[in-house]
Amino acid sequence: MYKIVEKRPLSRNITLMQIEAPLVAKKAQPGQFVILRATSDGERIPLTISGTDTARGTVCIIFQIVGATTRRLNTLEEGDCLADFAGPLGKPTELEGLKKVCVVGGGVGCAIAMPIAQKLHDMGCEVHSIVGFRNHEFVILEDEFRACSDKYIVMTDDGSYGEKGVVTAPLKALLEAGEQYDMVIAIGPLLMMKFVVETTRPFAVPTTVSMNPIMIDGTGMCGGCRLTVGGETKFACVDGPDFDGFKVDFDEAMKRTAMYRKFERHAYEETCNLLNKEVQ
Amino acid sequence: MPNMSLKKTGMPSQDPKVRAHNFLEVSQGYTAEMAQEEAARCLNCKHRPCVNGCPVQIQIPDFIAQVVKGDYAAAYDIISQSSNLPAVCGRVCPQENQCEKNCVRAIKGEPVGIGRLERFVADWHNAQPAAAIKKPAPNGHKVAVIGSGPSGLTCAGDLAKKGYDVTVFEALHLAGGVLVYGIPEFRLPKDIVQKEVDNLTALGVKIETNMVIGKVLSIDELMNEYGFEAVFIGSGAGLPRFMNIPGENLCGVYSANEFLTRTNLMKAYKHNALTPIMHAKKVVVVGGGNVAMDAARSALRIGAEKVYIMYRRSEEELPARREEVPHAKEEGVEFMMLTNPVEIIGNDEDFVKAVKCQKMTLGEPDAGGRRRPVAVPDSEFVLDADCVIMAIGTSPNPLIKSTTKGLETQKWGGIIVDENGKTTREGVFAGGDAVTGAATVILAMGEGKTAAKAIDEYIQKRAL
Repeated sequence: MYKIVEKRPLSRNITLMQIEAPLVAKKAQPGQFVILRATSDGERIPLTISGTDTARGTVCIIFQIVGATTRRLNTLEEGDCLADFAGPLGKPTELEGLKKVCVVGGGVGCAIAMPIAQKLHDMGCEVHSIVGFRNHEFVILEDEFRACSDKYIVMTDDGSYGEKGVVTAPLKALLEAGEQYDMVIAIGPLLMMKFVVETTRPFAVPTTVSMNPIMIDGTGMCGGCRLTVGGETKFACVDGPDFDGFKVDFDEAMKRTAMYRKFERHAYEETCNLLNKEVQ
Repeated sequence: MPNMSLKKTGMPSQDPKVRAHNFLEVSQGYTAEMAQEEAARCLNCKHRPCVNGCPVQIQIPDFIAQVVKGDYAAAYDIISQSSNLPAVCGRVCPQENQCEKNCVRAIKGEPVGIGRLERFVADWHNAQPAAAIKKPAPNGHKVAVIGSGPSGLTCAGDLAKKGYDVTVFEALHLAGGVLVYGIPEFRLPKDIVQKEVDNLTALGVKIETNMVIGKVLSIDELMNEYGFEAVFIGSGAGLPRFMNIPGENLCGVYSANEFLTRTNLMKAYKHNALTPIMHAKKVVVVGGGNVAMDAARSALRIGAEKVYIMYRRSEEELPARREEVPHAKEEGVEFMMLTNPVEIIGNDEDFVKAVKCQKMTLGEPDAGGRRRPVAVPDSEFVLDADCVIMAIGTSPNPLIKSTTKGLETQKWGGIIVDENGKTTREGVFAGGDAVTGAATVILAMGEGKTAAKAIDEYIQKRAL
């Protein structure tokens, strides 16, 4: 069993948990993920690792409450245990040799972008971070980003915090102003990553994206997480989750991610009803 | 006097119309009377051809002789000297290609129903009050087993019986490998698998779930830091193969592994399951092996109105276990032989709408001796479907290979071993699908057994 040693809300619908999993903590690198089950009758879901504490033997996960499983996960408290927690899965983000990088994070994707920015900063790399959120209530990890970024730009859809607009606007401005990045690393909603790639393509800046498709086993067995990358079928769990953004077929990935939307909405509503009943 | 009936004693099974809509076991097994009647068909041949056909060399005529006498406990003891998972093998072995193929009675008529008798004996044993399993005296040596499928469980069991301190590392949250994620409940009830796993833990085997070896720990760490003197790799078949035809990534195209994992491991067919699965109406399963049959019959049970098995060769070449083909047909699965998909067509929302297929014919035999399927010109046609399941095999999982120096593999990824399951890395052994590519439960068990013996010899020799 994997104990929750810390739990706190980061924003209205985003929660941070520190999970006791010493072996995973020892191995995990930025960019990798875990598969967990909140309860022993639950679904297996992939969540990216947003940090580790090897002394405490804990792994940090940050999740957005979007569906039935994350809703249930969020009902667990400090001292409770997760049924299952397997990792670290996937390949770590390749950062070696990078001197100047722009890290672009969207929403809960910042939970993954932040440790990458941190590691780059620790390596002595110049880091520009551009992060985007729906509005000021959803902003997360600001202090952490500021601590490891040479430049930090925050965007909100409604302008309630930072600047109003999407992350690609300042990215484009920086590139046009002549910033020379060794790499742009984008992590967030598929649509955001697609537009980041469209922004960097004309400047030919290598752009890495972190894909988070539907997964079951996460170990290279089921093939549910397949994507088309450069015309070839790739498995995000073992070949990724990072890929060359210029080669990813985002439109296909978006369609595949939405495959169970109806089921998921129904499951979410049922879970909410169930949990509300329990509260009453 | 032997029973000279040319036919096997029939085994009761659920009515096809009923079972096509439930996940309960299809075949219900012999009663004691039926088992005795069938056992009496065995001629107890001196040269025992059946034993040679068994990958783990069960002393078949001996156990059958005990069934005739009604001493089922003795029959079980004989089987369990060679097989660790008789209740599993009695259900899923392709007996027609193994023991029963060599049966003298098959020259004229049907062979003795060896598989059915094995199942009867194992089920009889499981129904008895459990005798306390005696833990063997520990011999002080540690062995790690990677994967808890048939080869891993067998290897672990054999070593534990010899007193080894065995830890099995399983990547998923539940032990059993393909026996729990792949083979459906209606063919192999999961409580049978759980019982076999429980027997192992009673022997002292430790099972660590959620351990993806190659990621959380490497083989080097297991040996150098955790004190395992030998490692057995039984990590199974890995990544599913696809055909590389247009439309394979449309919504509604599954690998058989994914479809079966959702259904069997995650119980997506249950009303309250949190894991989703598509409730398709018209399903095309591509392939002709056991996995294809399992996927097709599962699709039917989830509520499909039409399920096709599409196979590029003819029915004669179907690699599936013989008994499963009529079972599938009785349930309403349609067999579309000598047909191959060439494209999957999507609707406006990128969900599967149809499959474009072509007719095939059998040409010259290939290197393996099977006649090669050749496309018939201008034979393309379009078949309506809303789900396609690819059951055309797997290629080995890259995780262990990529993190273990000195472990050599075939070009296609299978781990290279000698006849004793020894890999190119000292102290590391392997077996099952990780070595052979997709094969059967019993072959994997046989390799687990062979490797257990080699591991024992290796450690004992080193200890001198």
